[in-house]
Amino acid sequence: MSMTRVRSGAGATSPPMEKTPTPATRMGPLGRIRADRVLLVIAVPGLLYFLVFHYGALFGNVLAFQNYIPFLGVSGSEWVGLAHFERMFGDPEFWNAVANTLFIATLQLVFFFPAPLALALLLHSIVGDTVRKFVQSVVYLPHFLSWVIVIALFQQMLGGAGVVNGWLSDLGAGSISIIGNPGAYGPLVVAQLIWKECGWATIIFLAALSQVDEQQYEAAAIDGAGWGRRLWHVTLPAIRPVIVLLLVLRLGEFLSIGFEQFFLQRQSVGPEVGEVLDTFVYYTGFAGGDFGYAAAVGLFKGVIGVILIYTANKVAHRLGEQGVYKA
Amino acid sequence: MSVTGAPAWMGRPSPAVRVVKAAALTVVVLLVIFPLWTVLATSLAAPENVIANGGWVIWPERFSFDAYADILQGGIITRALMVSAGVTVIGTALSLVCTIGLAYTLSRPKVYGGKPMLLLVLFTFLFPPGMVPLFLVVQSTGLVDQYAALILPFLINVFNLVVMRGFFQSIPQELLDAARMDGAGELAILRKVVLPLSKAVIAVIGLFYAVAYWNRFFEAIIYFNDQTKWPIGTVLRQYVTGGASLSETAGEMATASPQSVQMAVVILATLPIVCVYPFLQRYFAKGVLTGALKA
Repeated sequence: MSMTRVRSGAGATSPPMEKTPTPATRMGPLGRIRADRVLLVIAVPGLLYFLVFHYGALFGNVLAFQNYIPFLGVSGSEWVGLAHFERMFGDPEFWNAVANTLFIATLQLVFFFPAPLALALLLHSIVGDTVRKFVQSVVYLPHFLSWVIVIALFQQMLGGAGVVNGWLSDLGAGSISIIGNPGAYGPLVVAQLIWKECGWATIIFLAALSQVDEQQYEAAAIDGAGWGRRLWHVTLPAIRPVIVLLLVLRLGEFLSIGFEQFFLQRQSVGPEVGEVLDTFVYYTGFAGGDFGYAAAVGLFKGVIGVILIYTANKVAHRLGEQGVYKA
Repeated sequence: MSVTGAPAWMGRPSPAVRVVKAAALTVVVLLVIFPLWTVLATSLAAPENVIANGGWVIWPERFSFDAYADILQGGIITRALMVSAGVTVIGTALSLVCTIGLAYTLSRPKVYGGKPMLLLVLFTFLFPPGMVPLFLVVQSTGLVDQYAALILPFLINVFNLVVMRGFFQSIPQELLDAARMDGAGELAILRKVVLPLSKAVIAVIGLFYAVAYWNRFFEAIIYFNDQTKWPIGTVLRQYVTGGASLSETAGEMATASPQSVQMAVVILATLPIVCVYPFLQRYFAKGVLTGALKA
C-alpha cells in the first residue's frame, strides 16, 4: 500500500504545472479515503475535539435567542427572538462594561504596545551574549506564571500592608493606595500586563531586529551616524513592517483585553470600574443565573471580534504581510 | 542572532551610555525578580520575623519550613497540588497526541479532505467559543465535576496546531518519499522519520500545554460543584487573592504565620513552572520559538 501514492515536491507552494497524474488523483473518493486511511484516522480525535467543543459551542449560541432555563434545556426553553439584544442596548450596566473595556483596551494599546519594542531595542543593544541571555531568561519568565500568581505578587508588593507601603512608612512618607483603589485600576491592570507579558512580547521584535542588514549599520556608522541616528534611520525603518503588522493585528483583537486578570480583581474595585464585557457575561450568567442574556452579550462581543479580526487581516494583506489565519 | 563581541564599526560606547544601559537592565531584572524573592523569603521566615516586619520580609533572619510543613501535611493544598499534577501530566500527553495526529494529517499536501479540514480548524481561530455556550457543551457531555472537564475542552490549541503543522511541512518531502520507497507505512514514517526530527518543537509545544494546564483556574469554578476537586490555581485564588483565610486549612497544628502560609502556597504553585523553565529555555536559543511565532 505504501507505493500507491507518490507525491510531487513541495505541495502547496509548487505551481500546478508538472502534472504527471499520480495514482492518487486518478482514484475516486473511496479509493482516496482508503489510500489515506491512516492519516484520516489519526486526525479523528483532533477533529472530534473541534466539532464538539468549538462547533458544539457555536451551536450553543442559540441560547442568546432563548429564555433559557437549565432544567428545561435548549430544546424545552422558550424562544424570545431578539429580546435579549433589545434589553442589552438599553442596559446601563452593559454600556458601563463596554466603556470600561474600551478604556482598558485603549490604555493597553498606548502603554503596553510600545513597551516590548523599547525593551527589545535595549536587549538587542547588549553586546555580550551571556548577559543578554540572562536578561532574556529573566524577562520571559513572568509570561509562564498564572494571573493568580501575578496578582498575588502585586498585592504583596503594592497592597495596603505590602512591601512598598512598608518602605514608605519607614521613610515617614505616608502610604499609597493602589490595590482596591478604583481610581488607580486602569494604570494598575496595564502595569500588571506589562510586568507579565512585556518580556515575552520582545521575541518577535528581537527576531525582526536580528534580520536588519549589518552593512547598513556599518555604512551609517562610517558616515558618522551616532547611536540615535542609526536607530532612527536604520533600525526603525527596517523593522517598520513588523511594527505595522503587529499594530494592525492588535487592533483586530482590540476587545480581547483578557478575562482572568479582570475576573480576579473585579470584586476588589467594584463593577463601576472593574466590570468589563467578559466579567459582565460571567456575573450575569453564572452568578446571576441569567444564561440567555449572558450568552447574548457574549455572542455580541464575539461577532464584533470576528469583524475586527477579519478587517485587520484584510488590511494586513493589503500591506503585503501574511495575516494570522491565512496560514 | 549570536553576535559575540562588538563589530568594529560600532566603536566604544561612551561610559555614560554604558552606565545608563546597565542601570536600565538592572532595574528591569530587579522588577521581575524582587517580587518573587520577597514571596520566597516570607514563606521561609519564622513567624516572629514576619510579624515584626508587618507581614513580609526581604531576608528571613531565622529560616523555618513550618509553612510548607503546615500545608503539605494533607488537606486542601496537598490535594489540589495532586489534582493539578494529574491534570497537567494526562492533559499534556493527550493534547500532544491529538495535536500531532491532526497536524501531521493537515501537513500532508494531497490528503483527502485536507482543505475542508484545515478551514474547519482555522475558522475556530476567528470565533473562540463563548463562556456560556462552552459551559453548555461541558454540561451536556456530562463533564461537570469530572476532572476531564479541565482537559477535554482545551485539548488542542489552534495556535500550537498551526505551529506544529508548519514544522511538519518544513520537513523535506524527499525524506518521507525515501521512507515510503523502503516500504514504510504512514504510521511508521511518522514514528521513525517525522517525530525524531520534531523533538524540539514537540518539547516546546508540550511545555506550552503543560503550563496552560497547570495555570488554569477559572474553569474549575464554573465546571465543578465539588470544591474538593479544585486544582491549585483555583484554591490559590480562593485563599490568596480572594482574601479567605488559610489558617483553617492548616488546622490547629499551624505553627507558621498566616502570611508565610499564603506565600508558601504561591511558591508551591510557581515552583513547577520555574523548574521546567530552564528546559524550555534551551529551545529559545535554537530559534524554534522565533520561527514558531513568525509562522
